Order: sequence, then C-alpha cells, then structure tokens
Amino acid sequence: MPLRESPSQTAGPYVHIGCTPQIAGLDQREMGSQLGTTMVSEGRDSLTLCIKLLDGDDAPVKDALIEIWQADPSGNYTPSDTFRNWGRQASDLSTGIARFETLKPGRNGDQAPHILVWLVARGINLGLTTRIYFPDEDNTSDPVFALAGARADTLIATQTVDGFEHIIRLQGGNETVFFDV
Amino acid sequence: MTDQQFNRRDLSWHPPAFFERYRSTHLRAPQQPLLQMPQTQTELTGPTFGHGDIGLRDDDLITNYAAEGETAQGPRIIVRGTLRDENGRPVPGKLIEVWQANAGGRYRHVNDGYLAPLDANFGGCGRCLTDEQGHYSFRTILPGPYPWPNGGNDWRPAHIHFSVFGDGFAQRLITQMYFEGDPHIALCPIVQSIPSDEAIDRLVARFDMERTVPMDIRAYRFDIVLRGRRATIFENQMEGT
Ligand SMILES: [Fe+3]
Repeated sequence: MPLRESPSQTAGPYVHIGCTPQIAGLDQREMGSQLGTTMVSEGRDSLTLCIKLLDGDDAPVKDALIEIWQADPSGNYTPSDTFRNWGRQASDLSTGIARFETLKPGRNGDQAPHILVWLVARGINLGLTTRIYFPDEDNTSDPVFALAGARADTLIATQTVDGFEHIIRLQGGNETVFFDV
Repeated sequence: MTDQQFNRRDLSWHPPAFFERYRSTHLRAPQQPLLQMPQTQTELTGPTFGHGDIGLRDDDLITNYAAEGETAQGPRIIVRGTLRDENGRPVPGKLIEVWQANAGGRYRHVNDGYLAPLDANFGGCGRCLTDEQGHYSFRTILPGPYPWPNGGNDWRPAHIHFSVFGDGFAQRLITQMYFEGDPHIALCPIVQSIPSDEAIDRLVARFDMERTVPMDIRAYRFDIVLRGRRATIFENQMEGT
C-alpha cells in the first residue's frame, strides 16, 4: 500500500452549497442539474422513505446530508432508465427530515432487502454508514443484520401509509448501529 | 464487475468521532464503536457520473455564478491534482464536488450570518470529473478564513470542502483542503482532530509556481487518495496479461 487514504474532515454546516445547492439558496447560474434528487422515473409508482437523524439530546439534526444506495426491486445494482439506485437529500433545514422517493429493494443473494445509508454533517468527522432493513421481511438470514445482534432493531424502518420512516440515533441507549465497512 | 474487497479503513488515521475541542462532536459522535462488517455487493458498488451530469462552467467558480462579463472577487487560483487509490492507481471518471466561502470568509448559504459581505458574483459551488489519468482541476478564488462558534475564539483556516466518489460506496469520502503556510492550521480544532501531523499534511495543498499563468492566475496542487482494492493473486495475474 504505497499511499494512505486522504483523512476525512467534517462536511460542515454548509455542505448544501456543494452537494444540494438548491437547499443552500443558490440560484444556480449555468450550473448542471442538482444530483441525486430523482431516483424513480415519472409514471412509476414509488414509496416515500423519510429519514430523521437525532442527536444525543434527541433533537433533530437539521444540517445533515444523507445519501442512499440500494438494489432495484430485482436485487440489481445497475441503474436503468426508470430507476437510479442512488439518492441524495439534505435534512430539511426546519424539520430535519430527509425525504426520498424510491422503490423497495429486492433480495441480493443471502442478503435481505436493505438500503445503505451514508450520512455526513457538522460535528461528524468521518461519514457514517448504516443500513435500513424492512419490518415486513425475513431479515434473520441476512449476515450483516445478524452481526448487529441485540441492536439489530435499530436498523429496521417503520411502515407508514405511503412507505417507510426511519429514525437514526447518533447517541443514547438506542444508538443506531454504524458500520466499519 | 469485480467483487474484490477494499482495504480496511485505518480508523486511527482519521479523526475520532468524539473530539473534546470540537464542540459539535459532543452530541453527534456515536458512543458505540463502529461494527466491523464484511463488504458486500452493496458497499463494493456505487453511482457513476458522466459529463451529462455537470454543467459547462461547473469547474470555474470564478465565473459560474457571475453576471455576464464579471468575475468573483479575490485572488484567482487554479486548484489541480490527481485522484488515486492507495495502490497508487489513478481513479478516472469520478465526480469531485467542491464548496467554499468567498474571499471574505462568507458562505452563500441561508444559515451563514457572518458579517463579511457576500460577493454578488460568487456562489462557491463547483464540480468536475477526473480525466483518464485521474487528474482534476478547477478555477476559483482564494477563500477567506472565518470565525465559527465553538465556545472560544476559533477561526477556520482558509479551506475548500471536497466530496469525492470512488468505484464503490465504501470509498465515499468528504474532506477539506487547506493552504500551505496558513497559521490557522495549527490552531483549528477541526484540523487538529486528525491524530497525526503526517495525516494533516495530506490535506495541505502546495503552491505550484510552475502551473501559475503569467499575469492571470496562481496555482495550488492537491492530490486525493481513496481506499484501494486489496492486492490478490488474481489481480497480479490480470496485470501481467
Ligand atoms: Fe467551511
């Protein structure tokens, strides 16, 4: 290994300027499209996934950037015309909720349907990786889910009328499992 | 597609989640250790980007927010470098996103209330793709240092934020670039949360006189390294063929 990885630094509170410029209030002149906002093409039924990040005081983190990466409903990671496997949203600056319109991932080998979540924010020195599993699936055979043991509950989303919601706790008794991948 | 794993990340090389002198970490640092997991197809793959995803002037922060015929205020600089992996291989075709304060240290962001003025011709947002050799470059202005609320008299060194994509999501990285010779580097809790001076040095861009353009613009060099794939016999055979 002749080189070492560049050390990480926090994304800071103004990550939106670079990654979700519309949220920062930039009216973009001559800029390309904002990336990651649309996962599902128009006309295809999607589900709403709401992710909320809570700090050690149970207060919503309102300046996070959240990216998700997932298989399509057939379990594949190859983007198509109607589905992009990658999504990126900022936590809402007032509510702290990051809202994704996506599709439910399919099984991939011995892995139960899951979504990779990667998040950065002010006060987070190295981007955190976690997963979302689904309450209506058999997750017990999934090797990564099993690793979480008694804390695996923190990885399961809650069903809502139009999809799922998921709370990620950075600290406390119910701290979400974060992975060293 | 390869299923070859990435090197494990050396967490002691990166800043720890909790750092006493960086107050925002106190309520945001996970208290449990990260749970080590095997890399699966989910972490070994990731999104790809192409020239259709970015605009023509995304790599020119001097003009990409400026009114026609005008330019951003501040010392003009080119920032360039190479994106490699830990095995020293160039990483081509990857998206690099940057954001920064203006020359006075003010961000164009609804939440930034610093008293330095906004520059009507500067947005502070840029993007580019690495080329076939892993090279990237963009034009911008030298950002200003700025004060930030951390319980004392804290100033950020002049810096540019970088977001980098690799081949797989396990390589995803966000970091910051600093400028050679800045006295704030040694004083900033965010920089100093990185455990070693050797690691901090990797984030300090070098003044690059050779790449300055006479009567136009100065240059800085900033190379970025992503996690590499683990060396295997299979890989060596591939290289030999
Ligand atoms: Fe900053």
